[in-house]
This record gives sequence, structure tokens and C-alpha cells, in this order.
Amino acid sequence: MDVLKRIPVREQDAKERATNFKEVCLGYNKEEAMEEASRCINCKNAQCVKGCPVAIQIPQFIEQVKNGNIEEAYRIISESSALPAVCGRVCPQESQCEGKCIRGFKGDPISIGKLERFVADWARENGIKPTPAAQKNGKKVAVIGSGPAGLTCAGDLAKLGYDVTIFEALHEAGGVLVYGIPEFRLPKTGVVAKEIENVKSLGVHIETNVVVGKSVTIDQLMDEEGFQAVFIGSGAGLPKFMGIPGENANGVFSANEYLTRSNLMKAFDPDSRTPIMHGKKVAVVGGGNVAMDAARTALRLGAEVHIVYRRSEEELPARVEEVHHAKEEGIIFDLLTNPTEILSDDKGWVTGMKCIRMELGEPDESGRRRPVEVPGSEFVMELDTVIMSLGTSPNPLISSTTKGLDTNKWKCIIADENNGKTTKEGVYAGGDAVTGAATVILAMGAGKAAAKGIDEYLSTK
Amino acid sequence: MYKIVKKQELTTNIYLMEVEADRVAKTCEPGQFVIVRMDSESERIPLTICDYNREKGTVTIVFQTVGAGTKLMAQLSEGEYFHDFVGPLGCPSELVEQPLDEVKAKKILFVAGGVGAAPVYPQVKWLHEHGVAADVIVGSKTKDLLILEKEMEAVAGNLYVTTDDGSYGRSGMVTQTIKDLVAEGKKYDLCIAIGPMIMMKFVCLLTKELEIPTVVSLNPIMVDGTGMCGACRVTVGGKVKFACVDGPEFDGHEVNFDEAMRRQQIYKTAEGRAMLALEEGDTHHGGCGNCQ
Ligand SMILES: Cc1cc2nc3c(=O)[nH]c(=O)nc-3n(C[C@H](O)[C@H](O)[C@H](O)COP(=O)(O)OP(=O)(O)OC[C@H]3O[C@@H](n4cnc5c(N)ncnc54)[C@H](O)[C@@H]3O)c2cc1C
Ligand SMILES: Cc1cc2nc3c(=O)[nH]c(=O)nc-3n(C[C@H](O)[C@H](O)[C@H](O)COP(=O)(O)OP(=O)(O)OC[C@H]3O[C@@H](n4cnc5c(N)ncnc54)[C@H](O)[C@@H]3O)c2cc1C
Ligand code: SF4
Ligand code: SF4
Ligand code: FES
Ligand SMILES: [Mg+2]
Repeated sequence: MDVLKRIPVREQDAKERATNFKEVCLGYNKEEAMEEASRCINCKNAQCVKGCPVAIQIPQFIEQVKNGNIEEAYRIISESSALPAVCGRVCPQESQCEGKCIRGFKGDPISIGKLERFVADWARENGIKPTPAAQKNGKKVAVIGSGPAGLTCAGDLAKLGYDVTIFEALHEAGGVLVYGIPEFRLPKTGVVAKEIENVKSLGVHIETNVVVGKSVTIDQLMDEEGFQAVFIGSGAGLPKFMGIPGENANGVFSANEYLTRSNLMKAFDPDSRTPIMHGKKVAVVGGGNVAMDAARTALRLGAEVHIVYRRSEEELPARVEEVHHAKEEGIIFDLLTNPTEILSDDKGWVTGMKCIRMELGEPDESGRRRPVEVPGSEFVMELDTVIMSLGTSPNPLISSTTKGLDTNKWKCIIADENNGKTTKEGVYAGGDAVTGAATVILAMGAGKAAAKGIDEYLSTK
Repeated sequence: MYKIVKKQELTTNIYLMEVEADRVAKTCEPGQFVIVRMDSESERIPLTICDYNREKGTVTIVFQTVGAGTKLMAQLSEGEYFHDFVGPLGCPSELVEQPLDEVKAKKILFVAGGVGAAPVYPQVKWLHEHGVAADVIVGSKTKDLLILEKEMEAVAGNLYVTTDDGSYGRSGMVTQTIKDLVAEGKKYDLCIAIGPMIMMKFVCLLTKELEIPTVVSLNPIMVDGTGMCGACRVTVGGKVKFACVDGPEFDGHEVNFDEAMRRQQIYKTAEGRAMLALEEGDTHHGGCGNCQ
């Protein structure tokens, strides 16, 4: 075995998977996991841990995997993370834990994510569950939103003995994990539903179909329904559009609509009654994880798919693994390209998109080189579908109906990073609702911090 | 689960259901809507709140069967349950938000087309309960399709019924009745028109000419109903709005109706297939290539 090389992970063949919605990555088996674990040199001052936003004790859990004690490895991971089967699959490891791994200097970093996923899958398949609190303390906490932030906060509080109810606007719990990230990256019944069951088994109640700010307000939850504290984990679900001419043509969708139809409403299943646009030639505008997911979904529904992104490959914000998978599957990348207008026929259906070529100029505030238009380089792409994936911002439904809850100029709720405290007493917040669109693990970390903050607050009451 | 405590077939293909939904009943106001699902596989179907009973914790909806979703909904019986029933969504009607004396000073005309009588009803009733008598025009294709006439009569100032084919009440489209009333010397400060998009478009063209400010309630395609997907975007006054959170009521003279009507057709083919699948059951598999 070459210690500089990763144990390869089994994947569905690119040609085959481009036509189905089954999971792309098949994960390690126990032998493979133990072998990969044996590459870890168990660093004293482990850098990988510093790269993990929730500081999982990585060398310790990997050590247990190396020795074949998977249950113990799971226990170690569970001390820091409530959703390891999810994070092992979707964390941008290359810029977090694995990006800091010492092995990465000379060879491949340890496949920390794949090991974490193996441990979590093994625990689930072997029926290992987190332990509920021995004693309830009789105090009620409301959690708004059932994404990673809400689930984590609720789970942690339940373990401490609180009586927790999650209020979810949609008909199913999970947030982006169910409506956004596709089945082929994160299986819904197999993985997400099981993680949610775990949270419920800790005694957490989930009430779906409650839009806080509409069905009930935070003040009503606290004054009339007896909740002593509230955690807001409502995410950043408001889609942006470009504001270019023709954007309301038939055949232009937000990535949120397209992915929600496919994932939450199961349009990917031919037996489903949910309609979805089966485009022949699709452009997805944007370069993040959401864009990759929309593109790979469209591909699986039978389209030729182009990613249209105004910067270059280096600046693509998506996880490296997703870009790699997308290319393998046959997604075409039109980089340094920016749409200027959507064209449609006399019935209003999309026929194409006018674009202009870009080149990279001086760095902007974000430190990335600013794309500038190349004069006279306009051209038209013929298309029947355009999916806008330009990012999202927090929904003002809650902030606009809660007095005393302050937001910043991006409509993000202002909250203390260390304990989730907002400007309103007893109200805490975390995840995308506070940071703007970010990552699963950061949302989870924020949910954890807020659970601690809420516990400290209610312990003194 | 949300229990159906009452089901009534108002007329061919139009049903009324009273549903237990405590949270919605407690906080809803006229002008708002709900989204329902019949079972765990169902589409999300937006429907206007037609009536509510805060004490009983029930909400009444009225719907017309147009496609697979609403057909399946009509098969639910009294005593059965909706799987999901979420709301109230959207903004309440401006009337209930404005100071009452300002509302009282206005002469208001409601124009309802077809199943649009259902969403008009709670507003007229609310005004009636607050001492305001509004005139109401209810139009339907033919006598048999007319709904809520008695209920409306009880709360409206004057009720004018018109049928396209002249089988009942006045004869002709609602726009004809508006013209007639104005010709008779009636003056209105505000018109609220709810019905099929095409009806609202023509009412607005007329009231613009007559200089009567007009509010319409738009029913574009929706998914979540909370501002998350943008499926419901409409252009009002040249600006893009999300009907589920910015509406559903808008200034009718500013709405781009042609675009809105066009956008309602986005899923026509898929909807047609779903309907075929429902009607033909197992004999329809899709993908045979015979029904493109
Ligand atoms: C398509 C897609 C792909 C992604 N891929 C990755 C990836 O590969 N790796 C990664 O780390 N991150 C990824 N992300 C980002 C990640 O999913 C989010 O950062 C994370 O889910 C945020 O968690 P959250 O709990 O803050 O919010 P969310 O997951 O957004 O959950 C918020 C929940 O609150 C509910 N809600 C909102 N308003 C209300 C209200 N008023 N009342 C009641 N409920 C409400 C929503 O319905 C939702 O269920 C992706 C995001 C998307 C959209
Ligand atoms: C805010 C709002 C309030 C409404 N109130 C009422 C009401 O009180 N009574 C009533 O009978 N109808 C109402 N509608 C319309 C109702 O939602 C549609 O008739 C229903 O969704 C059709 O579904 P289907 O599967 O039976 O028909 P389909 O065959 O799937 O569709 C028929 C037509 O209905 C429209 N439609 C389909 N799916 C949706 C959707 N998800 N959202 C919106 N429109 C859709 C489209 O224009 C489509 O072409 C309302 C719509 C909105 C947006
Ligand atoms: S949670 Fe994410 S960042 Fe932390 S160790 Fe696991 S994969 Fe790496
Ligand atoms: S940095 Fe790499 S080698 Fe060192 S402990 Fe972490 S995973 Fe193991
Ligand atoms: S229905 Fe999704 S944003 Fe309005
Ligand atoms: Mg339908």
C-alpha cells in the first residue's frame, strides 16, 4: 500500500449514474475504512481538528476505526456532531478538515469525510442510537425550522432534558437536506429521514405546516404557548434573480423551485404527480453547490446541461468533488460567461440566452479577481430552460413580525456567534438565517452553540 | 392531519369543505390563502380562505375541479383528513388593514367570476360585520354554475347576478353589468375583482377607463407559498413580485396579465398527462409515445 495515496472510494459509473438518481458515492466498506484509517499518523497537535467547524476529535475517532472499534468511533464523533452521515457526505472537506491534514503536504490527505460517513452509516445499520435524557426538566423551548441548525439545537436541548418542539413551514422536516440537496448526493429515506428519527427519539416533537410569522408569531409562542426560549433556524431560502430582460419567460426557474419539485415533491420519480420542466437544453446560471445540484438533476432528467458562470474554474464556489462529478457525468462548463438577456418566442417560451464573455480584472472586496465584460463578445446560446442559481438570502417573514429582533442590511438576523443570543430576550438564532447561505456544518455548529446559550439562560431562570 | 367536518357539492364540480385547522382559523384574515395536500404524495394546492370559525377552529375552502389534484381532492369525504393544511399565507386584504372609517367612507364594488365568488365572500362578510354594505356582482357561465348566491345575498348591499348565457339574472359578462351600473348613475371608489385571470384582465381594462381603482387577487402557480421558490412571480408596475408573500392582492391596473396568464400554462403538458393517468388508471403508463 502506498501511504501517500488514498484508498479509492467506490462510485457508481459516471455513464450509468447520469441516468439515475441513486447515490453516486457508494462509500467504504469496513476493510477499506480500516485501511484508509491506518494512513492517519495520529498527530499530537492535529491540524485537521482546527479545520472542522465543530472540532470533531478526528485522530481519536480514526484511531478507533483503524482498530475496528466502529461503535466507539461513532461515540467520539457524536460528542461533536449530530448529523455525521450528512456531514461526511456534504461538507466541503477540501477546505475544512482535509484541507489542513498533514498528509496532504506530500500526498493525499486522509479521507476524513468518507471515514466519518462510514462510521455513521455503520452505526445506523447496526441500530445504534443516541441516548435520550434521563430526566425532563419541564422547560419548553421552541425551535423554528428543521434544517441542520434547528435539528442540532433541538437534539442538544432534548438531551439536556428540555421539552422541545420544532415548527416547520413545509410538510416535511429536514430543511435544505430534503428540499435542496438531491437524492444522488444525500439519500432521503436511507439517510436524512433516519437522522430526523434519531432527533425525534430524543423526545423532540416536530410540528410541520407551521409558518412562524403567519400561523403564529414568536411573541405568541412565548406569551400564549408557554415556550420560555426560542431558537430561529429558518435558513436563507429567498432566491435571487438577475433582473435581466426576459427573466419571467416560461422556462426560467429558480434553482429552489426546480430542486424542490424534484427532491421534496419527488418529480424525479416518473410516477410522481409533480410536474417539472423536462428541458432538452438547459443552462444553469451560477457556480455553487446549488448550481451543480440543479445541473446534475437536469442531466438525469435527460437534458444537455451547461453551467454558465461569470468567473473562471478556480473561483467556482462549489465543492471540488461536485465539480469533478459533474464533469464526469457530462455537464458542459461555460466559464467566464455572463447572461445579459433571456430570449423567448411569441408564446413566451425560452428560446435562448444572450451572453457576453468575461475576463478577470483586478481583485475585488472578496479578494477574487473581478470579472469584466469583453467588449463586442456577445453571443446567443440556444436553450429551452434556464435555471437561476445566484444565491439566496434570509426570508424576512420572521424578522418583520417579531418586535425587537434586529437584522443587518442583508436581512440576516443579528446573533452572537458564541451563544446565538439575538437582540430579543429569550430568542436565539443560528445557521443560514444569521450568516446567509453557508454550509451544513456551520449551521450545525451554530445550533449547538445556541443550545448551550439557551441552557445557560434557562438555568438561571 | 386535518379533519374534514363538512363537505358539500355546491354545484357541478365545485365543492365546499370545512376543515379543522386550529392555527389557521385563529389567525387568518380575509384575502389570505392556505396550501393543502390530500396525502403523502400529493401536490401542494393553494386555495383561498373562504370562511373561518375561530371558536370551532375550522376553515372553509371552496374549490373547482380542474385537474388531477383537485379531482383527487373532491374524492375526500366528510370525516376524512387532509394530510397537510398550512396557512394563513399571503397578506390580508387591504380593506381589513385600513382604518375602518376610511373604509366606511368608500363605495365599494366587488366583482366575482365563477369560483371567485368564494374568495370574495369572506371580504363582503367582514365588511357587513363591520357595518359596511358593499355592492357585489357575481358572474357565472350559466345558472347551474352559480355558487354562494344566498350566502352573498345575506351580506351584500346590492347583489347583481349575471350569467354569460342569460339563463339566470342579468345576461352577459360581468363587465357588461359594471357598465350598466355606472350608466345607471352608480359611483364607486374601489373595485375588487376576483375570478379567472382573463376576467380580471378585462375588468381592469374597463375600470381603468372608468377611473375606478381596482384590486385583484392573483392565482399564479405556487409551490411553497412562503417566498422560497419564485414560481409565483408576477410583474406589477414593472416590478417583479412574489404573489405568495407580496400578494395575492395587487393593484389591478398595474398587473401584467398577459404574462401572468402565460405563466399559468407552464406545466400544461405535464398536468394533462397527470389527468390522463388519473382517469385511465393502470392502463396509462406514460412513455408509450402515443400521447405526446
Ligand atoms: C441545493 C443546495 C445544495 C447545498 N449543498 C451543500 C453542500 O454540499 N455542503 C454544505 O455544507 N452545504 C450545502 N448547502 C448549504 C446548506 O444546505 C445550508 O447552509 C444549510 O442547510 C443551512 O441550514 P439551516 O438549518 O440554517 O437552514 P435550512 O436547511 O435552510 O433550514 C431552514 C428550515 O426552516 C424552515 N423555515 C423557514 N422559515 C420558516 C418559518 N417562518 N416558520 C417555520 N419554518 C421556517 C424552512 O422551511 C427550512 O426547512 C447546500 C444548499 C442548497 C440549497
Ligand atoms: C393564491 C391562490 C388561491 C387560489 N384559490 C382558489 C380557490 O379558492 N378555489 C379554487 O378552485 N382554486 C383556487 N386556486 C387555483 C388552484 O390552486 C388550482 O386550480 C389548482 O392548483 C389546480 O390543480 P390541479 O392539479 O387540479 O390542476 P392542474 O391540471 O394541475 O392545473 C390546472 C391549472 O391550475 C393552475 N395550477 C396548477 N398547479 C398549480 C399550483 N400549484 N398553484 C397554482 N396554480 C396551479 C395552472 O394554471 C394550471 O394550468 C388558487 C390559486 C392560488 C395561487
Ligand atoms: S464534520 Fe465536516 S469538517 Fe468536520 S470532520 Fe466531518 S467532514 Fe470534516
Ligand atoms: S492531520 Fe491528518 S494525519 Fe494528522 S491526525 Fe488529522 S487526519 Fe490524521
Ligand atoms: S410560491 Fe414559492 S415563492 Fe411564492
Ligand atoms: Mg396539478
